[in-house]
Amino acid sequence: MSRIQRVFEQLRHHGRRALIPFVTSGDPDLSTTLDLMHAMAHAGADLIELGVPFSDPMADGPTIQRSSERALAQGVGLRDVLAVVAEFRRKDDQTPVVLMGYLNPVERMGYEAFARAASQAGVDGVLTVDCPPEEAGALTEALYAQAIDPIFLLSPTTPESRFPEVARLARGFIYYVSLKGVTGAATLDVADARDRIHAMRGRVGLPIGVGFGIRDAQSAQAVARFADAVVVGSRIVQAIEEAPAGEAVDRVAALIREIRAAIDSCVGPLA
Amino acid sequence: MRRYDLPDERGHFGPYGGRFVAETLVQALDDLRKQYERYAQDREFQAELAHELKHYVGRPSPIYHAKRWSQHLGGAQIYLKREDLNHTGAHKINNTVGQALLARRMGKRRVIAETGAGQHGVASATVAARYGLECVVYMGAEDIKRQAPNVYRMKLLGASVVPVDSGSKTLKDAMNEAMRDWVTHVETTFYIIGTAAGPHPYPMMVRDFQAVIGQEARTQMLELAGRQPDVLIACVGGGSNAIGLFSPYLEDEAVRLIGVEAGGLGLDSGKHAAPLSAGVPGVLHGNRTYLMQDDNGQIQETHSISAGLDYPGVGPEHSWLKDNGRAAYVAVTDAEALQAFHDLCRLEGIIPALESSHALAYAGKLAPTLDKEQLLLVNLSGRGDKDIPTVAGLSGLAL
Repeated sequence: MSRIQRVFEQLRHHGRRALIPFVTSGDPDLSTTLDLMHAMAHAGADLIELGVPFSDPMADGPTIQRSSERALAQGVGLRDVLAVVAEFRRKDDQTPVVLMGYLNPVERMGYEAFARAASQAGVDGVLTVDCPPEEAGALTEALYAQAIDPIFLLSPTTPESRFPEVARLARGFIYYVSLKGVTGAATLDVADARDRIHAMRGRVGLPIGVGFGIRDAQSAQAVARFADAVVVGSRIVQAIEEAPAGEAVDRVAALIREIRAAIDSCVGPLA
Repeated sequence: MRRYDLPDERGHFGPYGGRFVAETLVQALDDLRKQYERYAQDREFQAELAHELKHYVGRPSPIYHAKRWSQHLGGAQIYLKREDLNHTGAHKINNTVGQALLARRMGKRRVIAETGAGQHGVASATVAARYGLECVVYMGAEDIKRQAPNVYRMKLLGASVVPVDSGSKTLKDAMNEAMRDWVTHVETTFYIIGTAAGPHPYPMMVRDFQAVIGQEARTQMLELAGRQPDVLIACVGGGSNAIGLFSPYLEDEAVRLIGVEAGGLGLDSGKHAAPLSAGVPGVLHGNRTYLMQDDNGQIQETHSISAGLDYPGVGPEHSWLKDNGRAAYVAVTDAEALQAFHDLCRLEGIIPALESSHALAYAGKLAPTLDKEQLLLVNLSGRGDKDIPTVAGLSGLAL
């Protein structure tokens, strides 16, 4: 059983939802990223999504674009991200880590070389935003071979006829993009997301996380009523950006505790 | 004879092309593909397109035998396909008319576009005005500074021009921003991509709309010279004018095809925009193709004297034609392009676009190596009026 599966099993057993924060590796620098990962796990994150910086983040809004630019300005690349994960694993062998990014850095390293290096570093899942299932065959094979879960997106525009194709390749969990747009764009339509997730249940056979547009404890709580996991990205990256030097880790930890408390008020079966 | 019937059903040209986009856009691209395939076979749509190309764009564009320049070079005869004489001054409008007619058929009232030099932005703003569509053009903040007249032109035509401040603030970043707009307004908006790149079906669709260049050339060369040319030469940024010229000749293997990339300050300098000459394959903007990228897979900033060629990728069909050897790709430097620009001005009375000047520069190198019976057809993809401030600036003049 993969780390990601195990975490969702345990949470389900206790009737709880997963909290999945996102940070960009190397924002503001790699050593802070490592501190942030430990602090987030300690503050109540169940799984960590680690952004791999890319020069052309087409699916991201301004907040995550800027974080990517800050990381790239220091020359942070995919190999550095894997090194941070390996370092994290020296002290934490429980919290799953999912890399989230764009396909080209992975393509450049080569699918098999990447999958091997990621597995050695202790990566549990990989989400390449610009690689839909139709183009993902060779990459998913390479990831399966190293027992890494390929994570796929579903969106408000995905027709139900595509669910089986996505579910066939996906492992770990499904990431439901809760709004049409880029990361951090707007607040989500909770009722619409709930209806869509009800439509997916039983069709995809995996836990479903909801991300994009979750701005605060209140929206996290609303989503936690019907989703297995809540993904918070831009709001955390914004906290890092706005924190005075040296305070990013504490501020993010406080934010995680606040959101954790909010979603833990939704204990019991999913709505 | 080899048959060229790519892309396949999923938009692949061999290993290139495809549809590498976030999930939110998959359905929109599926719809677009279905609608495009339907209208490509629809007699009424094709008749309307032909009517617009004739009466609004001014097609067919002539082919002109550049006799003085050919004589000056002392070798092969050079013919020019005069896309510079189209309405708005470049080949770009062939595609924007096609896509705007499709947008109207699909009930989309809002169109968006990315632009580098501003030619595709102007061509998009033009057709939006012509068909009564709302138009938003994304343009890098750097390019807005370099191309002020085209920015004003777009505004005159009623378009909103949105400056893009992210990344290198040029064409690739404008394309990122247009994609972000599209993903946000996907149900109401039609994205008019300006070159034969992007996710399937764009490379195929843009090629088909631009293929009118090569189709006309086949007829015109027979009338004018009694036979088809020995060599076709076109500049390649994204590569839409080149694929438009090459496409109807692909199966005619006696005709050599040469694409000319922007060599900038020279391929060794690293300051260029020549992914086919000096890049490696990767994935950007929805397709797999040759890219300018570093060892980490980050896209590199490019340099070219010509804003329209200043792009780190290239249409996927060109990547395929390079690998299978059907077309050859070369690069010429800024300085060589500029020399050809001046030569055509002085010897033929034609001011070419700096983009097209790259194709002319290579023709100027090749012609003297061939005998006088050989025929070269160069795609003069646009006129150079927009480049006059740039060229004057290089001569130390401020206009």
